Amino acid sequence: MKDRNKFQAVDRREFVLGASAAAIVAANWSGMGEAQAKGAEDLIKKLTGGKKVTAGKVTVKLPDIAENGNTVPFTVRVDSPMTDKDYVKAIHVIATANPTPLVATYKLTAASGKAEVSSRMRMAKTQEIIVIAELSNGSFVSGKKNVKVTIGGCGG
Amino acid sequence: MAKPRIKFPKTAKVGQVVQIKTLMSHPMETGLRKNKKTGKKIPRNIINTFTAVFNGKPVFEADMESSVSANTYMSFYFKVPASGEMVFTWLEDSGKKTTASRKITAS
Repeated sequence: MKDRNKFQAVDRREFVLGASAAAIVAANWSGMGEAQAKGAEDLIKKLTGGKKVTAGKVTVKLPDIAENGNTVPFTVRVDSPMTDKDYVKAIHVIATANPTPLVATYKLTAASGKAEVSSRMRMAKTQEIIVIAELSNGSFVSGKKNVKVTIGGCGG
Repeated sequence: MAKPRIKFPKTAKVGQVVQIKTLMSHPMETGLRKNKKTGKKIPRNIINTFTAVFNGKPVFEADMESSVSANTYMSFYFKVPASGEMVFTWLEDSGKKTTASRKITAS
């Protein structure tokens, strides 16, 4: 019965807010609280202008378990020819349960050659990392990875 | 800011895609920590923007927030169009800017 209500809530929100942002967040419903889900959803909607996001083409490489939340190495890769006509414009990395969910936005150009960026992020706790890529044709694709954190690291 | 460490090839073939790695020492103060003695919040001070510009043309930019770890490590790729110079810039919340450049010969 409880589950049924959850799905109803999602359907209502989908109707009101538009499919994409809610759909991504709803797909990751397990492991996220209401407030967290809303924060990530609003952020995704802002980044995509409410446009449809298609899951795929984005590989998110992160450890299954992060021993130290202060520095968790990650690599994000988008499957793209990276030509003048077809390239990745931006890659947004979102830590859904962090105090500031947007980790970084990487802006690429056709001169990048390969749509792959590595860096290190802080993770406050176990959470889903969602990566949204904006392509030169205006469309959005996404990937995600759930990471368990043993010691959180946002300094809060 | 400290001096950055950069891994950037000296030579490449025209059209070759090379990997660039950068490491910049920085505490990336989140703004969430409190001074243990005074109880006051330590204000945010992070590197918020990193750019790589080759022969005057932007190649890569990173807009960072406080979830980026201290001592920012970044790796990205670059398709070498010709010989030239890559200028890297790190910009801090305070307005402080650090730049570094590397030359590459393409044949």
